[in-house]
Amino acid sequence: MSAATFPAQRPMRQGGSMTLDVAAWRRDFPILARRMRGKPLVYLDNAATTQKPKAVIDAIAGYYQDTNANIHRGVHSLSQEATEAYEGARGRIQRYINAAEAAEIVFVRGTTEAINLIAQSFVRPRLAAGDEILVSEMEHHSNIVPWQLLREATGAVLRVIPMSDRGELLMDEYLKLLGPRTRLVSVVHVSNALGTVNPVREIIAAAHAQGVPVLLDGAQAVAHRPVDVRLLDCDFYAFSGHKLFGPTGIGVLYGKRAWLDAMPPYQGGGDMIKAVSFEKSIYNDVPHRFEAGTPHIAGSIGLGAAIDYVGSIGLTRIAAHEHALLAYASKRAREVPGMRLIGTAQEKVGVLSFVIDRIHPHDLGTVLDCEGIAIRTGHHCAMPVMQHFHVPATARASFAFYNTEEEVDRLFEAIEEARRLLG
Amino acid sequence: MFDLKALYQEVIIDHNRHPRNCHKLADADRMADGFNPLCGDRLTVYLKLQDGVIADAAFEGEGCAISVASASLMTEHLKGKTASEAQAIFDRFRALVMGEEEAGTGLDKLVVLAGVKEFPARVKCATLAWHTLTAALKDRREPVSTE
Repeated sequence: MSAATFPAQRPMRQGGSMTLDVAAWRRDFPILARRMRGKPLVYLDNAATTQKPKAVIDAIAGYYQDTNANIHRGVHSLSQEATEAYEGARGRIQRYINAAEAAEIVFVRGTTEAINLIAQSFVRPRLAAGDEILVSEMEHHSNIVPWQLLREATGAVLRVIPMSDRGELLMDEYLKLLGPRTRLVSVVHVSNALGTVNPVREIIAAAHAQGVPVLLDGAQAVAHRPVDVRLLDCDFYAFSGHKLFGPTGIGVLYGKRAWLDAMPPYQGGGDMIKAVSFEKSIYNDVPHRFEAGTPHIAGSIGLGAAIDYVGSIGLTRIAAHEHALLAYASKRAREVPGMRLIGTAQEKVGVLSFVIDRIHPHDLGTVLDCEGIAIRTGHHCAMPVMQHFHVPATARASFAFYNTEEEVDRLFEAIEEARRLLG
Repeated sequence: MFDLKALYQEVIIDHNRHPRNCHKLADADRMADGFNPLCGDRLTVYLKLQDGVIADAAFEGEGCAISVASASLMTEHLKGKTASEAQAIFDRFRALVMGEEEAGTGLDKLVVLAGVKEFPARVKCATLAWHTLTAALKDRREPVSTE
């Protein structure tokens, strides 16, 4: 075939070339070749966890095969190599979110642990009875329950920014809720249940105008949008590796250096100290102060590889492809009688949350499963969102850059089958 | 390919669209609430006992086709059974939907739910009504959860 029929350069504007790109990306993910219940797997549960490219799988296996040793303090060369790989991953993450320095990147198990760390080490010592924590109505349980635990321990108050029926935060209400007792604003950057991208720059600016620090839950954002923590000026940013094509059990807490330096440790143990005697221990510097015990070394290296992989494609292309998928799926959804989208914000990532008249999401999930299609059904760990929309559960298809229009077509064919069978 | 119709049999579709005994039982002497936090299904089981025998059974609630059909079929099947008979039926029913027993002896129409064994994630849907029944028979006031 001639070069003219296969334009290789900048394929974004040409549908055919885009398809070629996606086909190549898909080959990087071994699991996408699987068949489920006899059908090619259509994986549309990316908001729960993303699949892993071979580069990530190889990086983890390679670490265990060639480099495995405990990090820091080892005088032997293998320990030195492992330490460099671990700290190298920290550097990749720093650059990925444009943090000012690597010391602002703390490795944690995931978003949940990052939020709990902030609750216990940053907020709790500064909290008195009657002080307020501000979250939003569209939070994941992981950004609700840690604050309820604090509330029980301190008598603090949890306040909630309401949202509209489109799934957009009511900014006027937010501004009214910000007050002299607000000690922290902790909101989700991108909603897992609705797909809404929140106006976090405005949220942060308004909080800072009153001297209130802001934590962003970025679990659903970092795989889909460029995130620049210095541009946002957020005080803390939390995300999980496994939603960014990396392994489970590793995540990131970004914190501004000045805040981290002033925070007491979260857990005690090895690696987070400089010296220990029975009378007194001297804590290590950040970020090691918050990384007690042997960390998930392989996980951090895998996450570093995932970030390299995403960088090789580029978040701008990823966002464009996912946006096109969402637009196509939303158009198809509007043509299905009795189908209601939950979450219709102006700014959305590739999350299609919906209910269909007379078909329970769980039954729909099973019908789709029989077609090899993986979606999520349930409350998506965001029960207050379900309450807002008066539904016990929704079905949710969530896209990644390796998904295709053909897969969206298969989703809607299976939805038709469910309507014939159960509707 | 797995045949969906083996799971969603006509009887199940029918009981989902037109659930039997789906109402409050005004003169119930036992009731319990059941909740499946996984899918948000909630139901209430009502029982009328006479001389140790289930004289009437009903349920209310919302849920998926499997849990509604299972509740509907259960209330039909229970009438005239003693508490210990009901418990024994639940044990056999659970074994059937978990794939531990093929025959489903004495389960009559309840065997239409046997297809659930191909879908382990749905076993809780099929057994929610039965767990709630057990709680009602024990006169437990706390809502039961499948988790």
